[in-house]
Amino acid sequence: MSEKFPGYKGKALKMLKEVRAEIGDLIRVLKDEEIFEGVLIPRSEFGDDKHIVVKLKNGYNIGILVTRETKIEKIGAGAKPTFSSPPSPKQKPGLPIVAILSTGGTIASRVDYRTGGVRPALTANDLYTVVPELSDIATINAEILFSIFSENINSKHWSQTAKHVANHIENGAAGVVVAHGTDTMGYTAAALSFALRDLPVPVVLVGSQRSADRPSSDAATNLIGAVKAAADAPFAEVVVAMHETVSDKSIVFHRGTKVRKCHTSRRDAFKSINTLPIARFESGKIRMLTKSYHERNSKQKLTLKSVFEEKVALIKFYPSIDASVVKWHVDKGFKGIVLEGTGLGHVGNYCFSAIKKAIAENIIVGMTSQCVWGRVNMNVYDTGRDLLRIGVIPLDDMLPETALVKIMWVLGQTQDVKEAKKLLTENVANEFSSRTMLEEGEKCDDY
Amino acid sequence: MTTIDYKKVGLKVGLEIHQQLNSKKKLFCSCKTELFKEEPEITFLRRLRPTQSELGQIDPAAFFEFQKGVRILYEANKDTTCLVEMDEEPPHDLNREALETALIISLMLKAKPIDEIHIMRKTVIDGSNTTGFQRTCVVAFNGKVETKKTIPIQHVGLEEDAARKMGEDNNILRYRIDRLCIPLVEVATAPVIYTPQEAEEVALAIGRILRASGRVKRGLGTIRQDLNISIRDGALVEVKGVQELELVSLVVENEVQRQLNLLKIRDELAKRGVGEEDIKDEFVDVTYVFATTKCKVICVAAERNKRVLAVKLPKFEGLLKKELIPGVRLGTEMAYRARFWGRVGGIFHTDELPAYGITAEELDKLKRVMNVKSGDAVVFVADFLENASDALRAVNERAKETLKEVPQETRAAKPDGSTRYMRPRPGAARMYPETDVPPIQIAKSYIVRLFSHLPKLPKAYRIELKEILKLSDKLIDQLERSRKQRLFDTIVKTTNASPKLVAVVLTETLKALKRDGVEVGNVSDEQLIELFYLMGLGEVAKEATSDIIVWLSEHEGAKVVEAVDALGLDILSQSELERIVDSLIEENRGLLVERGEKAFGLLMGLVMKRVRGRVKGGLVSEIVKKRLKDFPE
Repeated sequence: MSEKFPGYKGKALKMLKEVRAEIGDLIRVLKDEEIFEGVLIPRSEFGDDKHIVVKLKNGYNIGILVTRETKIEKIGAGAKPTFSSPPSPKQKPGLPIVAILSTGGTIASRVDYRTGGVRPALTANDLYTVVPELSDIATINAEILFSIFSENINSKHWSQTAKHVANHIENGAAGVVVAHGTDTMGYTAAALSFALRDLPVPVVLVGSQRSADRPSSDAATNLIGAVKAAADAPFAEVVVAMHETVSDKSIVFHRGTKVRKCHTSRRDAFKSINTLPIARFESGKIRMLTKSYHERNSKQKLTLKSVFEEKVALIKFYPSIDASVVKWHVDKGFKGIVLEGTGLGHVGNYCFSAIKKAIAENIIVGMTSQCVWGRVNMNVYDTGRDLLRIGVIPLDDMLPETALVKIMWVLGQTQDVKEAKKLLTENVANEFSSRTMLEEGEKCDDY
Repeated sequence: MTTIDYKKVGLKVGLEIHQQLNSKKKLFCSCKTELFKEEPEITFLRRLRPTQSELGQIDPAAFFEFQKGVRILYEANKDTTCLVEMDEEPPHDLNREALETALIISLMLKAKPIDEIHIMRKTVIDGSNTTGFQRTCVVAFNGKVETKKTIPIQHVGLEEDAARKMGEDNNILRYRIDRLCIPLVEVATAPVIYTPQEAEEVALAIGRILRASGRVKRGLGTIRQDLNISIRDGALVEVKGVQELELVSLVVENEVQRQLNLLKIRDELAKRGVGEEDIKDEFVDVTYVFATTKCKVICVAAERNKRVLAVKLPKFEGLLKKELIPGVRLGTEMAYRARFWGRVGGIFHTDELPAYGITAEELDKLKRVMNVKSGDAVVFVADFLENASDALRAVNERAKETLKEVPQETRAAKPDGSTRYMRPRPGAARMYPETDVPPIQIAKSYIVRLFSHLPKLPKAYRIELKEILKLSDKLIDQLERSRKQRLFDTIVKTTNASPKLVAVVLTETLKALKRDGVEVGNVSDEQLIELFYLMGLGEVAKEATSDIIVWLSEHEGAKVVEAVDALGLDILSQSELERIVDSLIEENRGLLVERGEKAFGLLMGLVMKRVRGRVKGGLVSEIVKKRLKDFPE
């Protein structure tokens, strides 16, 4: 493959190089007495090496099989894609400052219809022109942190993000929006919830389930809701802002420690687990849905605790799991393990001795449930009682993913196992809720 | 209408024919390719945001709609919609059955398949696609179709059908997504058609080939002809959605006529000395003029606190009522613009007043207020101020265009062969790759295999109808036009009914009944098959056909046997018939004696009146003859 010829390799690449045709050039292909003229288009990385892709005058792309008889001619140099912006809307004076940090999820983008390229809109000016509504809500201060897929985000990125958020808050931002790929947005939300203590203003993570280049994207609506919350919401917590339903009607704000991506593709993929969203944005207004929340208070002094211990694992129990999986983690020097047990918090008794050994090695072992909804209770059955006796810490209604992040954070704060265990069971960022109401169950079918 | 020399006006027509495929599944998911009539089981509300091109340009009409806060309420049911149509899940793989059909049709049109097919997204943000784009691809190019001359086919495409618009209230458009994603084959000709008649012939020829594939849907709405029409001094106008083949030539004729008349109006305005600067966006609130009006539209508007806003069109008097084609005046064109841009119900103009409850006094007052001089026209609308202003701005825009040229626009075909303004012509096709569906390579061996099993072309089929089924050329022509060939084939194959009778009923009888106002569309293919099945068995007489079809049209989903029962049309046995004849002889004994020789005709008439549709022809006269012979004088 070649950088200059994205996707092309082998025979097709050789032919293109011979005629010095570059991506975007106008070319003519002669083959079997047929003539094709169009713009040379990049090829998908997964395509074979036998076709070249041309965008015809009518806008359609076609792939042409390159054979010995095929002749390619370059008939014109292509203009490189330019993304000149339309004038951005007038910024209203006196609006609160909102920082938008992007980590790689394309919350806004433009399409180059000539080459089919999609370019993310990342600067404040880009954001204004693509989502002009923002200029009525806040003065945007945009910063690009990373440009990576969310599955490549790790605990080091959480620390960096937390530091940048803290900087913006110290510099007077009325709130911070973090644009994030949705796949691991729940983990980052939990991490920021623990790392940013005593928040004076809201920190809102936002993503999109439909890419921003399409007219039906949920990105702009989510972003507007997120910026509105960052600018005006009465709460000062880390939240995730996403669609409430499959309609473009309302955005809900989920607590960072209680949110999970529950669907691979729907707009309303994010759900609050064992609780309800804390606020809703609808018809231009934010409405609180709970009385119990941490209030916005610009005088409050933020404390940054952004160290995370990486050597923590999340292990899902399944029938016939090999207990040496646990042993492997012990051997590799892991310091914490979150078990995603069955039901109320169980694993097969054939795992007991491995777990016992791990705890003896001063590894923190916490129990969560793979049921997703509900809380663990290890007093109900023998297995649970046995695990408690071994020293497994029941983590109540904490999400397994949140529990993982929390142990990483706890071990970043203290090396002392006893202290760490104490901190693990304290309610730091609303990761535990003592009451679960009936309506806080699964609500995936309300359109 | 005067005859037009189409060569002289430089008519050019290109056709784009869209035909739904009768595939089991939709193009990118496994939903049924059916429509539903019931109330929707699922609804959801969306907005579509215009995306920007590399130049930062946005489709102006789309952006306008977006700024107005237009939202779309989608309707769906569980049979025909999954997360894919709702744009809640990426598309699945391209439907291979549909692709095969598109390739077969391509080969029948002598077009060359593409080596590697790339699915594209064509941006469409009127709400008809939940994604904001239509997925489409070219599968073959450079084909041809033979009519009196050879017409080049530019390309054959495969794409997803759009959602159906069900209505709109205020700023909410309602679309039903059952139709969304049904596979469509698109056949596009070069713009080398030069007369309306030729356009219809080409459409017919392409339609024949599509139907000969045996893999396309039948019935109203399953084939839609888009026409690109231009004349030398006019403009390229795209007419969307001509559903009936018979309308193609009429639509072309009308469009040429419309453009010619618009040019005449332009010349007349030039003569009157109207300049663009004369048309000003000066809108006057004239609500008080109609304070005591009897005009219903204005009264209703006033109750909702709407205003009446007016604009003067200097020297336009008489031109707004000028008919462009039957039923379409310049005023009509302005009204559609006003509806599109201002979302108003319509416009009033002085050329058509006093009328609609507006009195001559009100008209005089309006003219005074608007400072109208002789020769001026006034246009006014009753709506909320913002909508009314948008509407009048659109009217002015249209008036200014009238001074210059025929506007390029996209128009929608109406069932009467006229057209209406739909939207401005979109800019260059905004297409970018559908990266969620990988490109598909078409192997040569696959094409060779399809080529060796191509369905019979219409010509071969005609010979079969003529030679084997003994249909006349006229009936074969009618069958082709009726688009009921497949149903005809099924009936002939599965029943014993006479092919000629079947052909006559499917073409002439149905058409005649439709003309008489019978909703023949309500009668399903299954019902017709049952009807011919019973005829083939001799349980229904052919004379009863019309009555049964009328009854079925009023009883959707009913069985034909129920129709026979309800209408008392079951076939009489010979002894039953004899009994009826005997009793009629008895009742009319005197009369019959009197007539003597001529008694046969009289008795036949009486008997037929009683038993029409319930006996096989021939049997009545046989029995009447026999019984009269036995009749004691």
